[in-house]
Amino acid sequence: MADKIIIENLSLTYADGVESLRNISLNVPENAVSVLFGPAGGGKSTLLRCLNRLNDLTEVRASVGRILIDGENILDPKTDVIALRRKVGMVFARPVVLPMSIRQNLTYGLELAGENRKSRLDEAVERSLKLAAIWDEIKDRLDDPAIALSGGQQQRVCLARVLALQPEIILLDEPTSGLDPISTGKVESALQELKKEYTVILVPHSVQQAARTADYAAFFLQGELVEYGEGKTIFTTPREKRTEDYVTGRFG
Amino acid sequence: MEKTLNWREFLITRLVRASGYSAIVFVALIFFFLLREGLPTLGEVPISTLLSLRWYPIENYFGILPLVTGSIMVTLGATMVAVPFGIGTAVYISEIAPRWMREILKPLVELLGGLPSVVLGFLGILVLSPFVRTLLDLPTGLTALTGSLLLGGIAVPTVVSIAEDALDSVPRSYREGAWALGATRWQTIWRVTLPAAKSGVLTAIMLGVGRAIGETMTVMMVTGNAPVLAVTPGSLFSPVRTMTATIAAEMGEVANGSIHYHTLFFIGMVLFIISLAVNVAASSVVFRSKQRAERVLS
Repeated sequence: MADKIIIENLSLTYADGVESLRNISLNVPENAVSVLFGPAGGGKSTLLRCLNRLNDLTEVRASVGRILIDGENILDPKTDVIALRRKVGMVFARPVVLPMSIRQNLTYGLELAGENRKSRLDEAVERSLKLAAIWDEIKDRLDDPAIALSGGQQQRVCLARVLALQPEIILLDEPTSGLDPISTGKVESALQELKKEYTVILVPHSVQQAARTADYAAFFLQGELVEYGEGKTIFTTPREKRTEDYVTGRFG
Repeated sequence: MEKTLNWREFLITRLVRASGYSAIVFVALIFFFLLREGLPTLGEVPISTLLSLRWYPIENYFGILPLVTGSIMVTLGATMVAVPFGIGTAVYISEIAPRWMREILKPLVELLGGLPSVVLGFLGILVLSPFVRTLLDLPTGLTALTGSLLLGGIAVPTVVSIAEDALDSVPRSYREGAWALGATRWQTIWRVTLPAAKSGVLTAIMLGVGRAIGETMTVMMVTGNAPVLAVTPGSLFSPVRTMTATIAAEMGEVANGSIHYHTLFFIGMVLFIISLAVNVAASSVVFRSKQRAERVLS
Protein backbone atom coordinates (compact mmCIF):
# COMPACT_ATOMS: atom_id res chain seq x y z
CA MET A 1 0.00 0.00 0.00
CA ALA A 2 1.22 3.49 -0.82
CA ASP A 3 2.31 5.83 1.93
CA LYS A 4 0.05 8.87 2.14
CA ILE A 5 1.94 10.66 4.86
CA ILE A 6 5.64 10.51 5.55
CA ILE A 7 6.88 12.01 8.79
CA GLU A 8 10.64 12.58 8.95
CA ASN A 9 12.56 13.34 12.14
CA LEU A 10 9.84 15.49 13.64
CA SER A 11 10.55 17.13 17.01
CA LEU A 12 8.42 19.72 18.72
CA THR A 13 8.75 21.75 21.92
CA TYR A 14 5.95 23.86 23.34
CA ALA A 15 6.51 27.42 24.56
CA ASP A 16 6.39 26.33 28.19
CA GLY A 17 9.43 24.13 27.59
CA VAL A 18 7.64 20.78 27.38
CA GLU A 19 9.20 18.60 24.74
CA SER A 20 6.25 16.89 23.18
CA LEU A 21 7.69 15.01 20.23
CA ARG A 22 11.21 13.64 19.98
CA ASN A 23 12.56 12.73 16.58
CA ILE A 24 9.53 10.94 15.20
CA SER A 25 9.69 9.17 11.85
CA LEU A 26 6.61 7.38 10.64
CA ASN A 27 4.98 6.37 7.36
CA VAL A 28 1.21 6.32 7.24
CA PRO A 29 -0.30 4.12 4.51
CA GLU A 30 -3.46 5.17 2.69
CA ASN A 31 -6.77 3.32 2.87
CA ALA A 32 -6.05 1.95 6.31
CA VAL A 33 -6.75 2.81 9.92
CA SER A 34 -3.53 3.81 11.62
CA VAL A 35 -3.71 4.05 15.36
CA LEU A 36 -1.51 6.23 17.57
CA PHE A 37 -1.74 4.93 21.11
CA GLY A 38 -0.03 5.14 24.47
CA PRO A 39 -0.46 6.78 27.87
CA ALA A 40 -1.45 10.45 28.20
CA GLY A 41 1.24 13.01 27.49
CA GLY A 42 2.90 10.83 24.89
CA GLY A 43 2.57 13.35 22.07
CA LYS A 44 -0.21 11.64 20.11
CA SER A 45 -2.50 14.64 20.01
CA THR A 46 0.40 16.94 19.28
CA LEU A 47 1.32 14.83 16.29
CA LEU A 48 -2.26 14.90 15.02
CA ARG A 49 -2.33 18.65 15.40
CA CYS A 50 0.83 18.95 13.37
CA LEU A 51 -0.80 17.11 10.49
CA ASN A 52 -3.40 19.83 9.95
CA ARG A 53 -1.23 22.62 11.36
CA LEU A 54 -3.66 23.34 14.19
CA ASN A 55 -0.57 23.78 16.33
CA ASP A 56 0.06 27.05 14.51
CA LEU A 57 -2.37 28.61 16.94
CA THR A 58 -0.75 27.35 20.11
CA GLU A 59 2.54 28.67 21.28
CA VAL A 60 5.22 26.40 19.96
CA ARG A 61 8.80 27.21 20.69
CA ALA A 62 10.59 25.04 18.23
CA SER A 63 9.77 22.40 15.72
CA VAL A 64 12.09 20.64 13.30
CA GLY A 65 11.64 17.89 10.76
CA ARG A 66 9.34 17.40 7.81
CA ILE A 67 5.87 16.07 7.19
CA LEU A 68 5.23 15.06 3.60
CA ILE A 69 1.64 14.61 2.45
CA ASP A 70 1.51 13.41 -1.15
CA GLY A 71 5.15 14.39 -1.35
CA GLU A 72 4.72 17.99 -0.20
CA ASN A 73 6.19 19.30 3.03
CA ILE A 74 3.22 20.80 4.84
CA LEU A 75 5.39 22.38 7.54
CA ASP A 76 6.75 24.69 4.88
CA PRO A 77 5.68 28.26 5.80
CA LYS A 78 4.42 28.72 2.24
CA THR A 79 1.80 25.98 2.61
CA ASP A 80 -1.80 27.10 2.13
CA VAL A 81 -3.02 26.16 5.61
CA ILE A 82 -6.70 26.65 4.78
CA ALA A 83 -6.51 24.26 1.85
CA LEU A 84 -4.52 21.82 3.96
CA ARG A 85 -7.21 21.77 6.64
CA ARG A 86 -9.85 20.99 4.04
CA LYS A 87 -7.79 18.08 2.84
CA VAL A 88 -6.99 16.86 6.35
CA GLY A 89 -10.18 16.79 8.40
CA MET A 90 -10.22 16.45 12.17
CA VAL A 91 -12.67 15.14 14.77
CA PHE A 92 -12.07 16.14 18.39
CA ALA A 93 -12.43 14.28 21.67
CA ARG A 94 -15.37 16.35 22.81
CA PRO A 95 -17.85 16.83 20.00
CA VAL A 96 -17.78 20.50 19.03
CA VAL A 97 -21.02 21.19 17.27
CA LEU A 98 -21.13 24.79 16.23
CA PRO A 99 -23.99 26.93 17.57
CA MET A 100 -26.27 26.41 14.55
CA SER A 101 -28.68 23.84 13.10
CA ILE A 102 -27.57 20.31 12.14
CA ARG A 103 -27.77 21.14 8.46
CA GLN A 104 -25.76 24.33 8.89
CA ASN A 105 -23.13 22.45 10.84
CA LEU A 106 -22.69 20.17 7.87
CA THR A 107 -22.74 22.81 5.17
CA TYR A 108 -20.60 25.28 7.09
CA GLY A 109 -17.26 24.07 5.81
CA LEU A 110 -18.52 23.82 2.25
CA GLU A 111 -19.94 27.32 2.35
CA LEU A 112 -16.61 28.58 3.64
CA ALA A 113 -15.04 26.91 0.65
CA GLY A 114 -17.40 28.87 -1.60
CA GLU A 115 -20.00 26.21 -2.42
CA ASN A 116 -23.53 27.64 -2.28
CA ARG A 117 -25.60 25.65 -4.73
CA LYS A 118 -28.41 24.20 -2.68
CA SER A 119 -28.59 20.92 -4.57
CA ARG A 120 -24.89 20.27 -4.00
CA LEU A 121 -25.16 21.14 -0.33
CA ASP A 122 -28.18 18.89 0.22
CA GLU A 123 -26.45 16.08 -1.58
CA ALA A 124 -23.33 16.50 0.58
CA VAL A 125 -25.43 16.54 3.75
CA GLU A 126 -27.12 13.27 2.89
CA ARG A 127 -24.01 11.53 1.65
CA SER A 128 -21.88 12.46 4.63
CA LEU A 129 -24.56 11.68 7.22
CA LYS A 130 -24.96 8.25 5.65
CA LEU A 131 -21.23 7.66 5.73
CA ALA A 132 -21.15 8.61 9.39
CA ALA A 133 -23.99 6.14 10.07
CA ILE A 134 -26.42 8.66 11.48
CA TRP A 135 -28.68 9.57 8.52
CA ASP A 136 -31.57 7.33 9.56
CA GLU A 137 -31.61 8.71 13.09
CA ILE A 138 -31.79 12.39 12.29
CA LYS A 139 -32.91 12.82 8.69
CA ASP A 140 -36.29 14.24 9.80
CA ARG A 141 -34.91 16.98 12.01
CA LEU A 142 -31.99 18.47 10.15
CA ASP A 143 -33.10 21.98 11.03
CA ASP A 144 -33.05 21.45 14.79
CA PRO A 145 -30.17 22.96 16.73
CA ALA A 146 -27.28 20.51 16.68
CA ILE A 147 -26.75 20.99 20.39
CA ALA A 148 -30.06 19.15 20.97
CA LEU A 149 -28.57 15.82 19.85
CA SER A 150 -27.12 13.27 22.24
CA GLY A 151 -23.36 13.14 22.71
CA GLY A 152 -22.98 10.12 20.44
CA GLN A 153 -25.07 11.72 17.72
CA GLN A 154 -23.16 14.99 18.02
CA GLN A 155 -19.89 13.17 17.57
CA ARG A 156 -21.14 11.46 14.43
CA VAL A 157 -22.43 14.82 13.14
CA CYS A 158 -18.92 16.17 13.69
CA LEU A 159 -17.53 13.24 11.73
CA ALA A 160 -20.08 13.86 8.98
CA ARG A 161 -19.16 17.53 8.95
CA VAL A 162 -15.58 16.61 8.21
CA LEU A 163 -16.65 14.09 5.55
CA ALA A 164 -18.82 16.70 3.83
CA LEU A 165 -15.65 18.50 2.84
CA GLN A 166 -14.44 15.36 1.05
CA PRO A 167 -11.03 15.35 2.70
CA GLU A 168 -8.38 12.77 1.89
CA ILE A 169 -7.18 12.21 5.43
CA ILE A 170 -9.29 12.03 8.58
CA LEU A 171 -7.75 12.61 11.99
CA LEU A 172 -9.69 11.48 15.05
CA ASP A 173 -8.53 12.52 18.51
CA GLU A 174 -10.18 10.15 21.04
CA PRO A 175 -13.49 10.48 19.21
CA THR A 176 -15.32 8.05 21.47
CA SER A 177 -13.99 9.06 24.88
CA GLY A 178 -17.35 10.42 26.00
CA LEU A 179 -19.60 7.89 24.29
CA ASP A 180 -21.53 4.84 25.41
CA PRO A 181 -20.54 1.41 23.99
CA ILE A 182 -23.31 1.38 21.39
CA SER A 183 -22.38 4.77 19.94
CA THR A 184 -18.71 3.79 20.12
CA GLY A 185 -19.48 0.67 18.13
CA LYS A 186 -21.24 2.73 15.49
CA VAL A 187 -18.32 5.10 15.15
CA GLU A 188 -15.83 2.22 14.96
CA SER A 189 -17.75 0.43 12.26
CA ALA A 190 -18.10 3.69 10.37
CA LEU A 191 -14.31 3.92 10.42
CA GLN A 192 -13.99 0.50 8.83
CA GLU A 193 -16.18 1.74 5.98
CA LEU A 194 -14.33 5.02 5.71
CA LYS A 195 -10.91 3.51 5.28
CA LYS A 196 -11.96 2.20 1.88
CA GLU A 197 -11.90 5.77 0.61
CA TYR A 198 -9.81 7.71 3.09
CA THR A 199 -6.63 7.59 5.10
CA VAL A 200 -7.72 7.35 8.72
CA ILE A 201 -5.55 8.22 11.71
CA LEU A 202 -7.07 7.49 15.08
CA VAL A 203 -5.95 8.27 18.61
CA PRO A 204 -8.07 5.73 20.50
CA HIS A 205 -9.18 6.27 24.09
CA SER A 206 -8.19 2.79 25.21
CA VAL A 207 -5.78 0.01 24.30
CA GLN A 208 -8.76 -2.23 23.61
CA GLN A 209 -10.08 0.17 21.05
CA ALA A 210 -6.64 0.38 19.51
CA ALA A 211 -6.53 -3.40 19.21
CA ARG A 212 -10.05 -3.56 17.74
CA THR A 213 -9.55 -0.96 15.07
CA ALA A 214 -5.89 -0.88 14.09
CA ASP A 215 -4.55 -1.93 10.73
CA TYR A 216 -1.31 -0.27 11.75
CA ALA A 217 -0.39 0.85 15.22
CA ALA A 218 2.24 3.20 16.66
CA PHE A 219 3.05 3.16 20.37
CA PHE A 220 4.01 6.54 21.85
CA LEU A 221 5.63 7.03 25.24
CA GLN A 222 6.80 10.39 26.59
CA GLY A 223 7.18 11.97 23.17
CA GLU A 224 8.99 9.01 21.71
CA LEU A 225 7.78 6.56 19.09
CA VAL A 226 8.58 3.22 20.68
CA GLU A 227 7.30 0.82 18.09
CA TYR A 228 5.39 0.91 14.86
CA GLY A 229 4.01 -1.89 12.74
CA GLU A 230 0.97 -3.88 11.73
CA GLY A 231 -1.77 -3.93 14.33
CA LYS A 232 -1.78 -7.71 14.61
CA THR A 233 1.92 -7.81 15.40
CA ILE A 234 1.91 -4.95 17.89
CA PHE A 235 -0.93 -6.35 19.93
CA THR A 236 0.16 -10.00 19.91
CA THR A 237 3.92 -10.21 19.54
CA PRO A 238 5.48 -6.78 20.06
CA ARG A 239 9.25 -6.44 19.68
CA GLU A 240 9.76 -4.00 22.51
CA LYS A 241 9.35 -4.89 26.16
CA ARG A 242 7.74 -1.49 26.91
CA THR A 243 5.07 -2.05 24.27
CA GLU A 244 4.31 -5.49 25.63
CA ASP A 245 4.07 -4.16 29.18
CA TYR A 246 1.65 -1.43 28.14
CA VAL A 247 -0.47 -3.61 25.89
CA THR A 248 -0.82 -6.27 28.57
CA GLY A 249 -1.68 -3.64 31.17
CA ARG A 250 1.42 -3.82 33.34
CA PHE A 251 1.60 0.00 33.34
CA GLY A 252 -0.42 2.84 31.89
CA MET B 1 -17.58 27.78 70.12
CA GLU B 2 -20.22 26.09 68.04
CA LYS B 3 -22.83 28.46 69.31
CA THR B 4 -20.93 31.63 68.34
CA LEU B 5 -20.34 30.21 64.90
CA ASN B 6 -24.05 29.52 64.36
CA TRP B 7 -24.90 32.94 65.62
CA ARG B 8 -22.43 34.56 63.28
CA GLU B 9 -23.67 32.50 60.37
CA PHE B 10 -27.20 33.63 61.16
CA LEU B 11 -26.24 37.29 61.33
CA ILE B 12 -24.21 37.30 58.14
CA THR B 13 -26.89 35.51 56.16
CA ARG B 14 -29.46 38.03 57.32
CA LEU B 15 -27.20 40.97 56.49
CA VAL B 16 -26.53 39.71 53.00
CA ARG B 17 -30.21 39.08 52.46
CA ALA B 18 -31.12 42.54 53.76
CA SER B 19 -28.70 44.26 51.41
CA GLY B 20 -30.09 42.20 48.54
CA TYR B 21 -33.65 43.26 49.30
CA SER B 22 -32.62 46.86 49.89
CA ALA B 23 -31.60 47.21 46.23
CA ILE B 24 -35.15 46.36 45.20
CA VAL B 25 -36.59 48.67 47.84
CA PHE B 26 -34.45 51.59 46.67
CA VAL B 27 -35.43 51.21 43.05
CA ALA B 28 -39.08 50.99 44.06
CA LEU B 29 -38.76 54.11 46.19
CA ILE B 30 -37.09 56.06 43.42
CA PHE B 31 -39.80 55.07 41.02
CA PHE B 32 -42.47 55.99 43.54
CA PHE B 33 -40.86 59.41 44.09
CA LEU B 34 -40.64 60.02 40.36
CA LEU B 35 -44.31 59.17 39.94
CA ARG B 36 -45.37 61.34 42.86
CA GLU B 37 -43.53 64.37 41.57
CA GLY B 38 -44.02 63.80 37.86
CA LEU B 39 -47.61 62.60 37.47
CA PRO B 40 -49.27 65.88 38.58
CA THR B 41 -48.00 67.35 35.32
CA LEU B 42 -50.63 65.40 33.45
CA GLY B 43 -53.31 67.35 35.36
CA GLU B 44 -51.56 70.69 35.13
CA VAL B 45 -50.38 70.75 31.54
CA PRO B 46 -52.69 69.71 28.68
CA ILE B 47 -51.41 66.71 26.71
CA SER B 48 -51.47 68.80 23.53
CA THR B 49 -49.01 71.23 25.13
CA LEU B 50 -46.75 68.40 26.28
CA LEU B 51 -46.66 67.05 22.76
CA SER B 52 -46.06 70.44 21.17
CA LEU B 53 -42.77 71.49 19.70
CA ARG B 54 -41.88 74.35 21.97
CA TRP B 55 -39.99 74.11 25.26
CA TYR B 56 -39.99 77.52 26.89
CA PRO B 57 -41.03 76.99 30.52
CA ILE B 58 -40.95 80.67 31.55
CA GLU B 59 -43.90 81.34 29.25
CA ASN B 60 -45.58 78.03 30.03
CA TYR B 61 -44.58 76.22 26.87
CA PHE B 62 -43.90 72.68 28.00
CA GLY B 63 -43.45 70.76 24.76
CA ILE B 64 -41.14 67.86 25.59
CA LEU B 65 -40.92 66.40 22.10
CA PRO B 66 -37.78 68.39 21.16
CA LEU B 67 -36.06 67.03 24.25
CA VAL B 68 -37.13 63.43 23.64
CA THR B 69 -36.06 63.55 20.01
CA GLY B 70 -32.83 65.30 21.00
CA SER B 71 -32.00 62.50 23.43
CA ILE B 72 -32.91 59.81 20.92
CA MET B 73 -30.87 61.40 18.16
CA VAL B 74 -27.76 61.80 20.28
CA THR B 75 -28.11 58.29 21.68
CA LEU B 76 -28.59 56.73 18.25
CA GLY B 77 -25.57 58.63 17.00
CA ALA B 78 -23.55 57.48 19.99
CA THR B 79 -24.63 53.88 19.38
CA MET B 80 -23.45 54.09 15.78
CA VAL B 81 -20.05 55.13 17.08
CA ALA B 82 -19.82 52.88 20.12
CA VAL B 83 -21.04 49.58 18.67
CA PRO B 84 -18.64 49.15 15.73
CA PHE B 85 -15.68 50.57 17.62
CA GLY B 86 -16.52 48.73 20.81
CA ILE B 87 -17.12 45.34 19.23
CA GLY B 88 -14.15 45.82 16.92
CA THR B 89 -11.86 46.59 19.83
CA ALA B 90 -13.23 43.68 21.83
CA VAL B 91 -12.65 41.30 18.92
CA TYR B 92 -9.15 42.63 18.47
CA ILE B 93 -8.27 42.28 22.14
CA SER B 94 -9.71 38.82 22.60
CA GLU B 95 -9.09 37.19 19.21
CA ILE B 96 -6.25 38.85 17.37
CA ALA B 97 -3.89 40.74 19.66
CA PRO B 98 -0.81 38.91 20.94
CA ARG B 99 -0.78 38.29 24.66
CA TRP B 100 1.47 41.21 25.66
CA MET B 101 -0.70 43.62 23.68
CA ARG B 102 -3.82 42.28 25.36
CA GLU B 103 -2.28 42.82 28.77
CA ILE B 104 -1.66 46.48 27.96
CA LEU B 105 -4.93 47.18 26.16
CA LYS B 106 -7.41 45.67 28.55
CA PRO B 107 -6.47 47.73 31.64
CA LEU B 108 -6.11 50.79 29.43
CA VAL B 109 -9.67 50.48 28.15
CA GLU B 110 -10.96 49.97 31.66
CA LEU B 111 -9.06 53.04 32.81
CA LEU B 112 -10.71 55.00 30.03
CA GLY B 113 -14.08 53.91 31.36
CA GLY B 114 -13.28 55.59 34.67
CA LEU B 115 -12.55 58.98 33.12
CA PRO B 116 -14.92 61.64 34.56
CA SER B 117 -17.34 62.79 31.89
CA VAL B 118 -16.70 66.47 32.67
CA VAL B 119 -13.15 66.04 31.51
CA LEU B 120 -14.37 64.56 28.25
CA GLY B 121 -16.88 67.38 27.90
CA PHE B 122 -14.06 69.84 28.34
CA LEU B 123 -12.08 68.15 25.59
CA GLY B 124 -15.25 68.21 23.50
CA ILE B 125 -15.63 71.95 23.82
CA LEU B 126 -11.98 72.78 23.30
CA VAL B 127 -10.96 70.28 20.64
CA LEU B 128 -13.79 68.32 19.07
CA SER B 129 -16.35 71.07 18.53
CA PRO B 130 -14.00 73.54 16.75
CA PHE B 131 -12.85 70.62 14.65
CA VAL B 132 -16.42 69.66 13.71
CA ARG B 133 -17.24 73.29 12.97
CA THR B 134 -14.33 73.89 10.60
CA LEU B 135 -14.48 70.44 9.02
CA LEU B 136 -18.16 70.65 8.10
CA ASP B 137 -18.29 74.43 7.79
CA LEU B 138 -21.10 74.85 10.33
CA PRO B 139 -22.15 78.02 12.18
CA THR B 140 -21.42 76.26 15.50
CA GLY B 141 -19.54 73.16 16.50
CA LEU B 142 -21.92 72.45 19.39
CA THR B 143 -24.18 69.97 17.59
CA ALA B 144 -25.86 66.62 18.02
CA LEU B 145 -22.99 65.12 16.03
CA THR B 146 -20.38 66.40 18.48
CA GLY B 147 -22.41 65.00 21.35
CA SER B 148 -22.80 61.66 19.57
CA LEU B 149 -19.09 61.32 18.91
CA LEU B 150 -18.18 62.10 22.50
CA LEU B 151 -20.92 59.96 24.00
CA GLY B 152 -19.89 57.15 21.70
CA GLY B 153 -16.39 57.49 23.07
CA ILE B 154 -17.73 57.33 26.60
CA ALA B 155 -19.75 54.19 25.85
CA VAL B 156 -16.91 52.38 24.06
CA PRO B 157 -15.10 51.18 27.21
CA THR B 158 -18.34 49.74 28.60
CA VAL B 159 -19.03 47.89 25.37
CA VAL B 160 -15.44 46.68 25.02
CA SER B 161 -15.12 45.45 28.55
CA ILE B 162 -18.30 43.37 28.56
CA ALA B 163 -18.08 42.15 24.97
CA GLU B 164 -14.48 41.08 25.54
CA ASP B 165 -15.47 39.04 28.59
CA ALA B 166 -18.21 37.38 26.54
CA LEU B 167 -15.85 36.53 23.67
CA ASP B 168 -13.25 35.28 26.09
CA SER B 169 -15.67 32.81 27.62
CA VAL B 170 -16.37 31.10 24.28
CA PRO B 171 -14.64 27.72 24.59
CA ARG B 172 -11.42 27.38 22.66
CA SER B 173 -12.76 24.15 21.19
CA TYR B 174 -15.34 26.12 19.16
CA ARG B 175 -12.58 28.05 17.46
CA GLU B 176 -10.50 24.94 16.85
CA GLY B 177 -13.55 23.20 15.42
CA ALA B 178 -13.98 25.97 12.89
CA TRP B 179 -10.26 26.20 12.09
CA ALA B 180 -10.10 22.48 11.51
CA LEU B 181 -12.86 22.87 8.93
CA GLY B 182 -10.70 25.28 7.00
CA ALA B 183 -12.24 28.51 8.26
CA THR B 184 -10.02 31.56 8.21
CA ARG B 185 -9.55 33.62 11.32
CA TRP B 186 -12.10 36.16 10.20
CA GLN B 187 -14.66 33.54 9.21
CA THR B 188 -14.23 31.94 12.60
CA ILE B 189 -14.79 35.23 14.39
CA TRP B 190 -17.79 36.23 12.29
CA ARG B 191 -19.58 32.91 11.96
CA VAL B 192 -18.66 31.09 15.17
CA THR B 193 -17.15 33.14 17.98
CA LEU B 194 -19.42 36.18 17.77
CA PRO B 195 -22.66 34.16 17.42
CA ALA B 196 -21.60 31.98 20.33
CA ALA B 197 -21.04 35.08 22.45
CA LYS B 198 -24.23 36.69 21.16
CA SER B 199 -26.02 37.22 24.45
CA GLY B 200 -22.98 38.77 26.09
CA VAL B 201 -22.35 41.02 23.13
CA LEU B 202 -25.99 42.16 23.15
CA THR B 203 -25.74 42.92 26.84
CA ALA B 204 -22.61 44.94 26.12
CA ILE B 205 -24.42 46.98 23.46
CA MET B 206 -27.42 47.59 25.69
CA LEU B 207 -25.30 48.69 28.64
CA GLY B 208 -23.41 50.98 26.28
CA VAL B 209 -26.69 52.48 25.06
CA GLY B 210 -27.82 52.79 28.66
CA ARG B 211 -24.62 54.59 29.52
CA ALA B 212 -25.13 56.95 26.57
CA ILE B 213 -28.78 57.74 27.20
CA GLY B 214 -28.24 58.55 30.85
CA GLU B 215 -25.10 60.63 30.36
CA THR B 216 -25.66 64.25 31.33
CA MET B 217 -22.58 66.34 31.80
CA THR B 218 -20.93 65.81 28.43
CA VAL B 219 -24.05 66.36 26.37
CA MET B 220 -24.90 69.47 28.31
CA MET B 221 -21.48 70.85 27.50
CA VAL B 222 -21.27 70.05 23.80
CA THR B 223 -24.70 69.74 22.19
CA GLY B 224 -25.60 73.43 22.22
CA ASN B 225 -28.78 72.98 24.29
CA ALA B 226 -31.26 74.39 21.82
CA PRO B 227 -34.64 72.66 22.27
CA VAL B 228 -35.44 72.16 18.59
CA LEU B 229 -37.25 69.14 17.22
CA ALA B 230 -34.63 66.75 15.86
CA VAL B 231 -36.09 64.27 13.41
CA THR B 232 -34.46 65.00 10.05
CA PRO B 233 -30.94 63.73 9.35
CA GLY B 234 -29.92 67.36 8.95
CA SER B 235 -30.58 68.06 12.60
CA LEU B 236 -27.59 65.88 13.39
CA PHE B 237 -25.55 68.93 12.41
CA SER B 238 -27.49 71.47 14.46
CA PRO B 239 -27.68 72.04 18.21
CA VAL B 240 -30.10 69.86 20.18
CA ARG B 241 -31.01 69.50 23.79
CA THR B 242 -31.43 66.22 25.61
CA MET B 243 -33.75 65.27 28.45
CA THR B 244 -30.90 64.75 30.88
CA ALA B 245 -29.30 68.10 30.11
CA THR B 246 -32.63 69.87 30.56
CA ILE B 247 -33.21 68.37 33.98
CA ALA B 248 -29.65 69.10 35.10
CA ALA B 249 -29.68 72.66 33.83
CA GLU B 250 -33.10 73.72 35.08
CA MET B 251 -33.72 71.75 38.24
CA GLY B 252 -31.57 74.09 40.33
CA GLU B 253 -33.54 77.20 39.45
CA VAL B 254 -37.08 75.96 39.58
CA ALA B 255 -39.63 76.74 42.31
CA ASN B 256 -40.39 73.66 44.36
CA GLY B 257 -43.86 72.32 43.53
CA SER B 258 -44.41 74.52 40.46
CA ILE B 259 -45.65 73.24 37.12
CA HIS B 260 -42.15 73.53 35.71
CA TYR B 261 -40.82 71.46 38.63
CA HIS B 262 -43.39 68.73 38.04
CA THR B 263 -42.70 68.73 34.34
CA LEU B 264 -38.99 68.20 34.91
CA PHE B 265 -39.86 65.14 36.99
CA PHE B 266 -42.20 64.03 34.27
CA ILE B 267 -39.26 64.17 31.87
CA GLY B 268 -37.33 62.08 34.37
CA MET B 269 -40.16 59.54 34.27
CA VAL B 270 -40.08 59.41 30.49
CA LEU B 271 -36.32 58.86 30.62
CA PHE B 272 -36.79 56.12 33.18
CA ILE B 273 -39.39 54.41 31.02
CA ILE B 274 -37.20 54.62 27.90
CA SER B 275 -34.19 53.09 29.60
CA LEU B 276 -36.42 50.48 31.23
CA ALA B 277 -37.79 49.60 27.79
CA VAL B 278 -34.26 49.29 26.38
CA ASN B 279 -33.26 46.99 29.23
CA VAL B 280 -36.37 44.86 29.01
CA ALA B 281 -35.97 44.55 25.25
CA ALA B 282 -32.36 43.50 25.69
CA SER B 283 -32.99 40.96 28.38
CA SER B 284 -35.99 39.49 26.57
CA VAL B 285 -33.80 38.85 23.52
CA VAL B 286 -31.17 37.25 25.73
CA PHE B 287 -33.80 35.41 27.71
CA ARG B 288 -35.53 34.04 24.63
CA SER B 289 -32.34 32.63 23.17
CA LYS B 290 -31.42 31.15 26.54
CA GLN B 291 -34.82 29.57 26.98
CA ARG B 292 -34.53 27.99 23.58
CA ALA B 293 -31.16 26.57 24.46
CA GLU B 294 -32.51 25.22 27.73
CA ARG B 295 -35.49 23.70 26.03
CA VAL B 296 -33.45 21.85 23.49
CA LEU B 297 -30.94 20.71 26.08
CA SER B 298 -33.51 19.09 28.34
